[in-house]
Amino acid sequence: MNSAIRTRELRKVYNSAPPVAAGGAPAGKGKTGKVPKVEIRALDGIDLDVAPGQIFGLLGPNGAGKSTTVGILTTRVRPTSGTAWIGEYDVWREQTAAKRQIGVVAQRPNLDFSLTAREILVFHGAYFGLGSHERSERAKELLDRFKLTDRADQLVRGFSGGMMQRVSIARAMMHDPKVLFLDEPSVGLDPQTRLLLWELIREYNQKGRTILLTTHNMEEADALCERLAIIDHGRIIAQGTPRELKASIPGGYLLRLRFGENHTAALIEELGRLAGVTEARASGESAVDLYAGRGGSLIPEIVGMASGLGVELSDVHISEPSLENLFLHHTGRSLRE
Amino acid sequence: MNWKAFLALLARDAHVARRNLIQLILQTFLQPLLFVFIFGRVMVGSGYMPAIYKSLLLPGIMAMSMVFTGVWAVAMPLIAEFQFTREIEDRLLAPIDISWVAVEKVVFGLMQGLVAGMAVIPLAWIILRPGLELHIASPGLFLFIALLVAGFSSCGGLALGCSVDQQHIGLMFSMVMTPMIFFGCTYYPWSALKMFPILSKIVLINPLVYASEGLRATLVPQFPDHLPLAAILVMLIVFDVLLLLVGLRQFRNKSVS
Repeated sequence: MNSAIRTRELRKVYNSAPPVAAGGAPAGKGKTGKVPKVEIRALDGIDLDVAPGQIFGLLGPNGAGKSTTVGILTTRVRPTSGTAWIGEYDVWREQTAAKRQIGVVAQRPNLDFSLTAREILVFHGAYFGLGSHERSERAKELLDRFKLTDRADQLVRGFSGGMMQRVSIARAMMHDPKVLFLDEPSVGLDPQTRLLLWELIREYNQKGRTILLTTHNMEEADALCERLAIIDHGRIIAQGTPRELKASIPGGYLLRLRFGENHTAALIEELGRLAGVTEARASGESAVDLYAGRGGSLIPEIVGMASGLGVELSDVHISEPSLENLFLHHTGRSLRE
Repeated sequence: MNWKAFLALLARDAHVARRNLIQLILQTFLQPLLFVFIFGRVMVGSGYMPAIYKSLLLPGIMAMSMVFTGVWAVAMPLIAEFQFTREIEDRLLAPIDISWVAVEKVVFGLMQGLVAGMAVIPLAWIILRPGLELHIASPGLFLFIALLVAGFSSCGGLALGCSVDQQHIGLMFSMVMTPMIFFGCTYYPWSALKMFPILSKIVLINPLVYASEGLRATLVPQFPDHLPLAAILVMLIVFDVLLLLVGLRQFRNKSVS
């Protein structure tokens, strides 16, 4: 089966500070406003295959390259090398055809501030060649579905962040694109709006549409996505279903231990030998991460073993198998760092 | 070429223009109105200027009005829409080559520039009538020149709008527009610069010179001392093409990172 979204060896090097929405690493901008010549490797060989009808998640911390990937797939960022396809269209060779297939929700609302919410949808429909009756009907439907009807005829300039976000998403769905891109769709939304958003995304997916969303929220990735790629420093470090990915963490449970004193090699070695522990590694001068098949029941053994070595356990944090742990396992960093 | 999308982009701009109509009218007509009144009525009426100055001045005011409106109509929205809010993004994602998004801006600015220029004539008619003598011998040529003038103005607006940041708008107007207007042969014919041989050569890089002189040649032929028409036409076409190419390049650079 053909992929709905496909990339091969995608690379992007920014020669100047990347645009904020592309989410690249911040450039060292001097106070004078002069940007020193910098080379920022935002993407370093991304291969993606997203099957039609799938909800695919790109998960990673800020600056990992998620937005740049979306930017290239949506014709907004020119790749340094590599190719990207939407369905059968090469995004950079057949731009116009590719643009017909996609709807895009950018990380920050980029609404047309000179227009009302309804006009934004109607004009968007017109750009995509919808007939005048069709576009006003569809705009009405979407405004209703997105709970925007009562503000539909006001300029969007005065809208709250959450409302702007809803208008952005409604606009992206207006021409019923085969592939929908959502870049960090739930950032800054209240929990209630987030749930509405998830519902709308699932609903759109049920019509057989492909969705690619980026997020640094594990819960969101877990709740929505059928497949995930974990991306960090412009590379994909793991890919699979959320279940597969979680199963790939050694042990599943993560115990983050902090000791009163600096740990020693002997301590880490002993910890690694405890029953059920698959991996023990230092994560700081006095901190150790344990990956294990069990959680709380390990604590008494750890305390006993540590005090045998003259070290005191001062803090424990146990987390159950999650994508957060997965990210930590692959990168040694927490997603939110 | 996707005409449907192109027309929809034009319709969007027309819609926004209709919404800001009063602001647009003030912005377009207040300045030429004041110029016509002060230079044509006050200065001539009080005897500081001879009456024939009215006719000499009018084409210059027209050229200035067209250039100012054309540049403003394209540059200002672009500067705002390319800001961090990226309001233009939705149009860049429309199923049409992005260069056409820029061309649409140019076409819309060109129409605004033409309206602003043409409106000066009735305006002047009302204020300057006794003593104003216009002889449009060749309406076709006059319209062609007006079109070229509006064209380079909106192309210039595209080039400037894609090169200037919001914080530099003031600088753009004081460093580019103001000298352009004063050295643009708007208040005086190019022949008046004869006594400044170097300056009279330098101002020839200013497209407004050809606009003023071209309109003067076709509107008030009773002042025969203007630049040769062939030179005016060639230079106007050169500026149109040059500024369009530069503008398109800047636009593409600005819209794709």
